[in-house]
Amino acid sequence: MATSVQTQRKKKDIALRGAVDIHEHDHLLPDDQSMDGAQALVRCLEEQGVEYIWGLSGGAAIPIFDALVTTRTKIKLILVRHEQGASHMADGYARATGKPGVVLVTSGPGATNTITGIMTAQMDSVPMIVLTGQTITPMLGKDAFQEADVFGVSLPVVKHSYLVKDSNDIPRIVREAFHITNTGRPGPVLIDLPKDVTQGPFTGDLSAPMDLPGYKPEPQALDVEQIKQIAMELRRAKKPVILAGHGVLIANAAEELRLLARKLNAPVCNTLHGKGAFPENDPLSLGMMGMHGTAYANKAVIDCDLLLNIGSRFDDRIIGKAPKFCKDAVRIHIDVDPAEMGKMIQCHYSVVGDARRVLEELLLYVDECDSQEWVAHIADLKKRFPLKYRKAGGLKMQHILDEWDKLTNSESIVTTDVGQHQMWAAQFCKTLHPFQWMSSGGAGTMGYGFPAAIGAQFGRPDALVLAVVGDGGFQMTMAELATACLHKLPVKVLILNNHYLGMVRQWQETFYGDRESGVDLEGNPDFARLAECYKGAKGFNIRRQADVRKVLKRAMEYTDGPAVICAEVEKADNVFPWVPAGASLEDMLLEPPKRQMEKPTGST
Amino acid sequence: MSAVAAMDAIVSHTLSVYVANKPGVLSRVAQVFARRGYNIDSLVVSPSKDGAFSRMTITVKGSPVGLGQIIAQTNKLVDVIHCTDHTDDNAVVRELALIKIRVSGDQRAEALQVSEHFGCKTVDLTPTSMIVMATGTSDKLDACVGMFQRFEIIELVRTGKVVMARGDGET
Repeated sequence: MATSVQTQRKKKDIALRGAVDIHEHDHLLPDDQSMDGAQALVRCLEEQGVEYIWGLSGGAAIPIFDALVTTRTKIKLILVRHEQGASHMADGYARATGKPGVVLVTSGPGATNTITGIMTAQMDSVPMIVLTGQTITPMLGKDAFQEADVFGVSLPVVKHSYLVKDSNDIPRIVREAFHITNTGRPGPVLIDLPKDVTQGPFTGDLSAPMDLPGYKPEPQALDVEQIKQIAMELRRAKKPVILAGHGVLIANAAEELRLLARKLNAPVCNTLHGKGAFPENDPLSLGMMGMHGTAYANKAVIDCDLLLNIGSRFDDRIIGKAPKFCKDAVRIHIDVDPAEMGKMIQCHYSVVGDARRVLEELLLYVDECDSQEWVAHIADLKKRFPLKYRKAGGLKMQHILDEWDKLTNSESIVTTDVGQHQMWAAQFCKTLHPFQWMSSGGAGTMGYGFPAAIGAQFGRPDALVLAVVGDGGFQMTMAELATACLHKLPVKVLILNNHYLGMVRQWQETFYGDRESGVDLEGNPDFARLAECYKGAKGFNIRRQADVRKVLKRAMEYTDGPAVICAEVEKADNVFPWVPAGASLEDMLLEPPKRQMEKPTGST
Repeated sequence: MSAVAAMDAIVSHTLSVYVANKPGVLSRVAQVFARRGYNIDSLVVSPSKDGAFSRMTITVKGSPVGLGQIIAQTNKLVDVIHCTDHTDDNAVVRELALIKIRVSGDQRAEALQVSEHFGCKTVDLTPTSMIVMATGTSDKLDACVGMFQRFEIIELVRTGKVVMARGDGET
């Protein structure tokens, strides 16, 4: 019989692993001759190098959860509190490591709760595998309990999806899914698994090959002629600007980009997801451009004579009014996705291909541009139009984020929700390396930041991870405090609490006659106290400017679980610079407009 | 300006999509069109010579710019082998129509005359009605249906266009 100390240790092991005691069920170990579909599935996931599965159980998925026990797999199951949390954790893990995150949920509501997370991953090109339980195949389409047409529901928001009809198809499908999710332009792949398929006997071949005749993630050969012409244009350019997008990070091309910028002597701006593609403390870095980008980045893009876009999809929040965007400059687009060519901006030159392959080739042909004057001009712009905030008055989000950046020497992983805090975090939390910045950019998903930070911390246990969230977004996924506490994850959560849905309030103030509608978050809890209701979490409060540094430091020192810092910030501050939606970059506002503005023509 | 206007002109396009013969593929392809507000005018799907693949012929109206994006997005689907616009190609485009008309004795000779003129086949004949089958280009079928309108058309079914590249060209 185990002593109480042994029992306790065993319990702790279990808590750390997040799975049940795997040695208890050795007698159930399957041999290859007598596996069920679910056990074959787990074997296939192991083969793909899966470390973690984020999930929540349910009836139709029980065979898969059972197989995680009976196969004695080393894959760790992390039980979440809501399926949306699981999908964002998988997403955060993927963005922090470059490896696909895996989600396991049950049928019906379990599966539909992941849709927001799948859409978030699809919009931001994040590799993710979503395994959903499903009712037994004879009951498909008969409104069985917890049946939902998840294949159909998820169609518009996946890179690809499967409804498995035969247990023996599992190895091929898993192999295909992992290949599809993380090649070319990454994106989520969903596998819907009816219960009779996972429970039924597996008699197939675990090493069955892929069969994907229609999948062309990358062109076989690069268009070298086009690359040579681009090099020629670069030689002529006097005012070049490089725009670095997420594609640089996905292709692991940060080093090649650094070499290119140096060799050309060309300034580099980045998109929201391009943060980390080029060190933002580099003299050639302009930081983020676009709607809430730096004034100097936007001014540089307005005045450039050549724009080299590497791995950005010319998002509407980057380009503003499309016909005016760089209209007199030579426009060049490098992207792995051929469907992005000419979608938003017609370019003079375009190359379809992986950013690293294209840059390696381009580096062979380029020389230094005649850009000394331009680079000096850029340095001057940076001095004249710095990011700034008023130190006087109440506590500002910018101040706290700026302080965090200085305290950490820009060396932490930062995740965000969406809104004002997100844009200020993008402005003030500098990135120096790839995989340091995770934000729901395309989808703009509130509630993304905290679970994404949990996923990132699982993937990078030694990193300092900060979730910057608003009081609105945090309340959408804060149930995952339990998950963070259970696994003793030292994530920091910075709630920038202005008691408002601040970005919408900013729009209402500026464009809608200051009529507030549906933005006042009256009824917020005491977040620090709420956090401490979870065993292992510690709450902190920042109420005065003088406390910012001190409290952040104390929170950083707490490593036994999540540290939740609630900062009571100024209620009605607005984010600048600001290019109103649909306006051109030239119409950028650097400070609050003196008069009521016209309603913007763009959507958001 | 005229070049820009031409790019925005609304033209009818005939797209051939070669796809994996699997459940759900039609949904994926249809979604690419529906998401962008395009209405599919006609759609024909059938297995190709290799039963693992199917051929879709889709006719749709739209500007070349918008359709270019749709073709690119369709080509990106994992189950799509390739998607080609045959509008300006050297391709054979044909359609089939079944036209059921109400005709009794006194009109039957005239109906058969129209039928013969358009090379139709009479595939069903009763004392009060007949079904004729017409094949050809869509323009020819429009004209044929127009001529039969002098009788009472009870029902009309058209297959939609099917397309095949001429000579050595790949559809």
